[in-house]
Amino acid sequence: MKPAPFDYHAPTSLAEAVALLARLDDEGCDAKILAGGQSLMPMLAMRVARPEALVDLRRVPGLDAIRLQDGYIAIGAMASKRAAELSELVREKQPLFHAATRLVGHQQIRNRGSVGGSFAHADPASEYPAVALILDMQMVATGPDGERVIPADEFFVTYMTTALEAGEILTEVRMPVLPTGSGWAIQEITRRNGDLALAGVALTLRLEAGRCTDARIAAFGVDATAVRLTAAEDSLRGAVPNSESFARAGATAAASLGDPMSCIHASADYRRHLVGTLVERALAEAAARAR
Amino acid sequence: MSTRQTIRLTVNGKPYEREVEARLTLADFIRHELHLGGTHVGCEHGICGACTILIDGSSARACLTLAVQADGANITTVEGLRNRETGQLHPIQQAFVEAHGLQCGFCTPGFMMTTLELLGENPDPSDDEIKEALGGNLCRCTGYQSILDSVRLAARRLQSASAA
Ligand SMILES: Cc1cc2nc3c(=O)[nH]c(=O)nc-3n(C[C@H](O)[C@H](O)[C@H](O)COP(=O)(O)OP(=O)(O)OC[C@H]3O[C@@H](n4cnc5c(N)ncnc54)[C@H](O)[C@@H]3O)c2cc1C
Ligand code: FES
Ligand code: FES
Repeated sequence: MKPAPFDYHAPTSLAEAVALLARLDDEGCDAKILAGGQSLMPMLAMRVARPEALVDLRRVPGLDAIRLQDGYIAIGAMASKRAAELSELVREKQPLFHAATRLVGHQQIRNRGSVGGSFAHADPASEYPAVALILDMQMVATGPDGERVIPADEFFVTYMTTALEAGEILTEVRMPVLPTGSGWAIQEITRRNGDLALAGVALTLRLEAGRCTDARIAAFGVDATAVRLTAAEDSLRGAVPNSESFARAGATAAASLGDPMSCIHASADYRRHLVGTLVERALAEAAARAR
Repeated sequence: MSTRQTIRLTVNGKPYEREVEARLTLADFIRHELHLGGTHVGCEHGICGACTILIDGSSARACLTLAVQADGANITTVEGLRNRETGQLHPIQQAFVEAHGLQCGFCTPGFMMTTLELLGENPDPSDDEIKEALGGNLCRCTGYQSILDSVRLAARRLQSASAA
C-alpha cells in the first residue's frame, strides 16, 4: 500500500503547468495531474496507477474561484468540494449541485477533494456527472492550443474516461443558475453514509398549469457513465404530477436501462429496481419543490 | 524536478524542515520521520479514517495526502490535543476515557481529530449531525454507541468551559 516512486512537479502558473505537461508528453513520460488526491492516492497506493511523474496543481493560482458570471455559476477546478458546499452562491442559485456535493464522501474527503477532480476522474458512481448531464454543464479545459469548452454530454466518454486530451487541464466547470420554480432532487442508495452510490438518480422537474412540462433525469452507479433516462423523461411530458405518473416514470426508467453494472454488493437486477424506486421518490421530492 | 523534495511545515506548533521522497504519504512522514505514532494507519487507501489529522484546521486523511502536498501547512495530530503546559488531557480525550469511547484504541485518534473539527464548527451538534460527521471513521470494537456518548459528553464539557 505504498505508491511507487515518481517525479514530483508543482508548477506555479497555469502556463507553466501546460508547458510542463506538453514537455513530459513529448518525452514519452507518463505524467498525471494531482489535485486533491482523494481518488488518485488510493490508486497510487494500490498501484492501479503507476505514473512516472505527478504534476501537482496546488501552487497554480486562480483555479479555486466560485463566482457568478454572465448568468452562470463558474467553479474553479481546484476549489474544494467543501468550499462548494459552503458557498452561499451555490446553495442559493444551484441547490441541486449543492445537494450533490453534500453526498460526496465525508467531510474529510470534501475538505481535500477538488470539484474538478471528480469531473476529470469520471467515476460512474459519482454524483457530479449525472448532475452535469441534466444541468447541461460545461467543462473548460486549457491545453497547449489554448482553452476549449466541452459540453457535459461530450465530456464523459466511458468508465473513468473523459474527453480531456493528454496535457489538457480542466480549469473550470460552469453550470446555469437553477430557473425559479424548477423542482429538483438527488437520491442515492449507498452501503454506508458517504460511500459511492450503488445507484442514484438526479433530476429537475418543471410544472406549468398542473402538468409536467419538462423533466430531466439521469442515473449514476448503473453504467459506465452517468446516463440520461430519456424514456422516463418523455413519459412525464404533459402528465399530471401524481403518484401514478411518477410510478410509471420509475417503471419506464428501470425498463429502459440497458445492462446495469453488477458487483458483489448489488446485482444488475437490484440496481434496476433501485433506479425505478429512486426515480419515483425523487420525482415526488422535486414536485414538492416545484412552483 | 526530482523524486526528493524539501518541505517545511508546522506540526502541533513545532516547525520542521525535512527532505522527503515525493511518494511518502503524510501519514508515514508523521509516523516515521517525526516519530509521532498517534496517527494510526489502518487501510492506507482512504476507507477507515484512522489516520485523520487536521491540515490548516480542516480534517483530512493523512494516508491520502503526500508529505510534499503539506509543504507550508499547519498540521495538528492527536499528540497536539493534550495541553502542553499542564499535561492535562483535552476535554475530547477525557470524554472518550470516561464514556468508554474506545476499546482497542486503534480508531480513536481518527475519531478524536474528526470530533475536534466537528465541535469547532458546531459546538452543539444533534445526534444526526454527529453521525454524519463521524461517518468517515470506522471502529471494529465499540459498536459506535459509546463513541456517540463520548462526543456528546465532550460537547457539553467544551460548552460549559466556554460559558464559564
Ligand atoms: C472514502 C471516500 C469516499 C468517496 N466518496 C465519493 C462519493 O460518494 N462520490 C464521489 O463522487 N466521489 C467520492 N470520492 C472521490 C472524491 O470525491 C475525490 O475527491 C474525487 O474523485 C477526485 O478529486 P481530487 O481533487 O481528489 O482529484 P485527484 O484524486 O487528485 O485526481 C483524480 C483524477 O483526476 C485527474 N485530475 C484531477 N484534477 C484535474 C484537473 N484539474 N484537470 C485534469 N485532470 C485532473 C487526476 O489526474 C486523476 O486522474 C470518495 C473518495 C474517498 C476516499
Ligand atoms: S489509513 Fe487513512 S483512511 Fe485508513
Ligand atoms: S476501539 Fe478498536 S477499532 Fe475502534
